[in-house]
Amino acid sequence: MLGFRTLLYKEVLRFWKVSFQTVAAPVLTAMLYLMIFSHVLEAHVQVHGVPYAAFLIPGLVMMSALQNAFANSSSSLIQSKVTGSVVFVLLPPISYGEFFLAYVVAAMLRGVMVGAGVLLVTSWFALPQMQSPLWVLTFIVLGGGIMGALGTVAGIWADKFDQLAGFQNFLVMPLTMLSGVFYSIHSLPDFWQQISHFNPVFYMIDGFRFGFFGVSDVAPETSLAVVGTSFALVSAATLLLLRSGYKLRS
Amino acid sequence: MSIAVAIDRVEKRFASLQALAGVSLQIAEGEFFGLLGPNGAGKTTLISCLAGLARPDAGSLTVMGHDVVGDYRAARRLLGVVPQELVFDPFFSVRETLRIQSGYFGIRRNDDWIDEILANLDLTSKADTNMRRLSGGMKRRVLVAQALVHKPPVIVLDEPTAGVDVELRQGLWQFVRRLNRDGHTVILTTHYLEEAEALCGRIAMLKQGRVVALDSTSNLLARFAGQTLSVRLAAPAALPPMLRARATENDGTWIFHLAGLHEIEPLLATLREAGCHIDDLRLTQTDLEDVFLGVMTSDRAA
Repeated sequence: MLGFRTLLYKEVLRFWKVSFQTVAAPVLTAMLYLMIFSHVLEAHVQVHGVPYAAFLIPGLVMMSALQNAFANSSSSLIQSKVTGSVVFVLLPPISYGEFFLAYVVAAMLRGVMVGAGVLLVTSWFALPQMQSPLWVLTFIVLGGGIMGALGTVAGIWADKFDQLAGFQNFLVMPLTMLSGVFYSIHSLPDFWQQISHFNPVFYMIDGFRFGFFGVSDVAPETSLAVVGTSFALVSAATLLLLRSGYKLRS
Repeated sequence: MSIAVAIDRVEKRFASLQALAGVSLQIAEGEFFGLLGPNGAGKTTLISCLAGLARPDAGSLTVMGHDVVGDYRAARRLLGVVPQELVFDPFFSVRETLRIQSGYFGIRRNDDWIDEILANLDLTSKADTNMRRLSGGMKRRVLVAQALVHKPPVIVLDEPTAGVDVELRQGLWQFVRRLNRDGHTVILTTHYLEEAEALCGRIAMLKQGRVVALDSTSNLLARFAGQTLSVRLAAPAALPPMLRARATENDGTWIFHLAGLHEIEPLLATLREAGCHIDDLRLTQTDLEDVFLGVMTSDRAA
């Protein structure tokens, strides 16, 4: 397991050495969202009986965590593939399972760190009371894991940075932005409400938010089932890809 | 002597390109083995198969008896590979890079050995420098260091001196020679034939994915033998007709390929009898480059 632990350490050290870009920057972005939206909407909107700014914070925390978990594994892999340094992790006796765990756990950790940072800086606006920390933790860990695994797939699949940017901008961004971060899906027209139910990120956000307010669009157990199943499926697909050596071992 | 690396009928195809067409080699423990061939001959593919970076379509490879696919953990622990490309991880310093690489191989607290490698490769003063700030030659040395962190008994160097200045090349040669003297099996691929001639005890030549020559360096040199005698005659003398058939002319110099030194005396006697005066005379030994060109053009099998 030392191989796994070292790879995990290296992945964490990699983003930590540039934490201004990988942690501080997304925290600032989230804070700007909060300032703008809460300024515009705070006086007018309440969701689930919660003031808008407080409602928004958990969504922003989770969205930032998910996007950064994806960015971590995907950018690390594409960089090391493009520069060729991926060979350093392919030559040692590291199994594909250890490889998977290291990249996904590192991504999860960055997600949680960014999430905690967003929570910290936004808390003086309107600190939402965390009613059930266990739900909060469960959803951010599973959500980060799903995105970390997806990022691993994207990083392995992409040969160039613009392919990865395509994955990020045309899949990850729409899925996270349209997941109920900024609104309750009950405020949407029927059709879009139905569509939202097919977006797994919606369940991540909704379940996470339940941990804060004890209210949500769907039952937290349902969200947990969807998110848990998604995690299992994405992990299995990533493991199969890694085992096959696709684009890593010719 | 036991076998360090056994390669058995390995085949590898990339789309329409047959990169390896049934390569078999056995390299004994402690050997300094050279793998030569033109670009695209399959050298790097063969090394990639050995290192687990590529998967062979057929055949098997073992390192110290451990199959590189079925028992990859043991095989990779016994193998140190210096890749051809000058790659590095820009996030880390030299020492961090080597510590991380040690950890990948399951080795904790490896600083004593890391210090020793750094000293041997003249990198001690750069230990805390970020990889990005190193010159090309320094980066190359770090690659060698990375391949050695886990003290592998078998070391593969894939063109380690490509684009490296003379001083560093000599330094690397010395270092690798010492590793070999200390008992490491060394496999070297190179484009520099004088490098292979100077270092390798045995050589395999690859062409289009096949082994076309496999012998000790001295046997290969002997096989393509001998020497070349270059003679320039003082004007106006012409080469006697009886010698003309076995000589080639190059810019006024007649070149004779000799099977052995015993051919010199009769040749000179014929010239003397024909009344030829010699302006210049040179005897050169066949080198590996002649052998290489001979093998590559004649396709002579091993």
